[in-house]
Amino acid sequence: MMPAPESYVTDGHSTQEPRQPVVVLRDLEKRFGDFTAVNKVTLEVRKGEIFGFLGPNGAGKSTTIRMLCGILQPTGGMGSVAGFDITRQPEEIKKNIGYMSQRFSLYEDLTVEENIDFYSGIYQIPADKRAERKEWVLRMAGLEERRLSRTATLSGGWKQRLALGCAVLHAPPIIFLDEPTSGVDPLSRRNFWDLIYHLAEGGVTVFLTTHYMDEAEYCDRLGLIYRGELIAQGTPDELKTRYMAEDVMEIACAKPQEALRLITALPGIGYASLFGSKLHVVAEKGERTPEEFRQVLEREGIPTESVERVLPSLEDVFVSLIEARDRQEGAQREFAR
Amino acid sequence: MTAPHAIRVENLGKQFAGVTAVDDVSFSVAPGELFGLIGPDGAGKTTTVRMLASIMDPTAGDAWVTGRHTVREAEKVKEDISYMSQRFGLYPDLTVQENIDFYADIYGIGKKERRERIDRLLAFSNLTPFRQRLAGKLSGGMKQKLGLACALIHTPAVLFLDEPTNGVDPVSRRDFWRILHQLLEEGVTIFVTTAYLDEADRCHRVGLIDKGRLLACDTPANLRKLMKSNILEIITTDSRKAVALLREKLTGESISLFGARIHVTTATPEPTASRISSLLREEGISLQSMREVEPNLEDVFVSVLSEERR
Repeated sequence: MMPAPESYVTDGHSTQEPRQPVVVLRDLEKRFGDFTAVNKVTLEVRKGEIFGFLGPNGAGKSTTIRMLCGILQPTGGMGSVAGFDITRQPEEIKKNIGYMSQRFSLYEDLTVEENIDFYSGIYQIPADKRAERKEWVLRMAGLEERRLSRTATLSGGWKQRLALGCAVLHAPPIIFLDEPTSGVDPLSRRNFWDLIYHLAEGGVTVFLTTHYMDEAEYCDRLGLIYRGELIAQGTPDELKTRYMAEDVMEIACAKPQEALRLITALPGIGYASLFGSKLHVVAEKGERTPEEFRQVLEREGIPTESVERVLPSLEDVFVSLIEARDRQEGAQREFAR
Repeated sequence: MTAPHAIRVENLGKQFAGVTAVDDVSFSVAPGELFGLIGPDGAGKTTTVRMLASIMDPTAGDAWVTGRHTVREAEKVKEDISYMSQRFGLYPDLTVQENIDFYADIYGIGKKERRERIDRLLAFSNLTPFRQRLAGKLSGGMKQKLGLACALIHTPAVLFLDEPTNGVDPVSRRDFWRILHQLLEEGVTIFVTTAYLDEADRCHRVGLIDKGRLLACDTPANLRKLMKSNILEIITTDSRKAVALLREKLTGESISLFGARIHVTTATPEPTASRISSLLREEGISLQSMREVEPNLEDVFVSVLSEERR
């Protein structure tokens, strides 16, 4: 059953209720021949949660999302979305989810209103509800004054809001967003995220993919998939504090290019790069203290302003987890020989 | 003779059938610099790169690359540069090795130096194990690296890269930037465009572009100084409730939610901070931390854009 549209308009309160799971996956698996695209993924996403699904291209992200949307049948395990079984009730799922891809499916030569009307037809919104839902979408997306504009004349940011509006026209309990903000300007991106938070606040579950690590920070919880396996999940802070196997240091010093060369050449350094005016260094755990870095640099005549141990960035964590997995797989292959 | 600027751009403009894609843009890039042109889709990044690479003529202004005029000396400019477009011409049914060989032929690289150079490029881009793989079977990140290897088969003075990391995952992106920094060591000047603001900090200098106009151009550190206000980062036990409350009560300040963190942009950090503490206390929301943070370049871009659009 579709939730009442009113549940979308109200703000607040929902965060305090016990939140039931909207996506439940148990050992979900998809094989194509002898290739395992998705390998025993177990996951729960709760009502009103914003879940970021991360992973390199080809890691199994799209295959998982296709199964969640009822487009692709799993070959093992089980899963449900919005209370419907993904194997037995794919048609129900399609009716009860919203989906927005980075190529927003909008008709450029139709007006804003005409696009909404078109999706009203597709989603079979009852005739007596259409006007009300349309107004809700226009208001939510801030498009009231642009209702008669031809879609082609809208900026990327406005198109994105319209696409989001069309995707939630039928008031689905969950919406899937595939790299929703790629290529839009940062101001539009912030406005878009305000809409996402607004929807989540009203109880909509948001499941999104992104390559922007700064955007991943906006999510309530994250899952990282690699080679078909879910290798980490948690809040952004949990990922940074629990999963990082290396130390991360930030060094402010003179002659950063030269310092970078010196530090990269040290043993036990996984990665070092210039970041703004500072050096960002990933070192094997416990291998080097800040004082040692300072000594190395000052011995070469490079005055060092500060060396600090810092919280890793999500990109650091992401790379660290994937490299650890690669090493592990490499070791297993060696062993099997 | 070396030109004082690797790239010099004066009042450059491009109109397409009445639409202004690039509007009165001026900047320069020093030799050996890594310069990033950053902006959303449709901002004019690709048009700018194409004009600099002498592929497209401007409708206004001038540009010089390694001291040569991009229109009057277009052929000479092309000899000095490499340009990797968003859809770099790789042949999917040729192997990695064959693709590089093909570009070596185009640039007339002699047989003797070719072997050594290709080995070096493959090693440098971590593609050596994939020599015999068809380019069509490479991942997105590997295709980008192969494109770069092909573009570097002749050692250019200036390398132009148009959105090389678009759609590329963070691991491959990090690898790609590592390669660019190695190239700098060899004295190549690099001009790169991107829509990812988090890449700005990897550049020596950055131009922020929107709707064809260059809004700001400086080092990342100096761009941060453009922010006239301060940013308070607040962490509470219930960020969504807190953000709703602050938006209602703290009118006039810009308030953004980033997951568990709230950022309040304010010109008066001290009174605002004490106001926030008391507002949260009254509503029974427990404040876990509040501190002033350095703006990131997204904050800067948003601030500059907001002023521009006001």
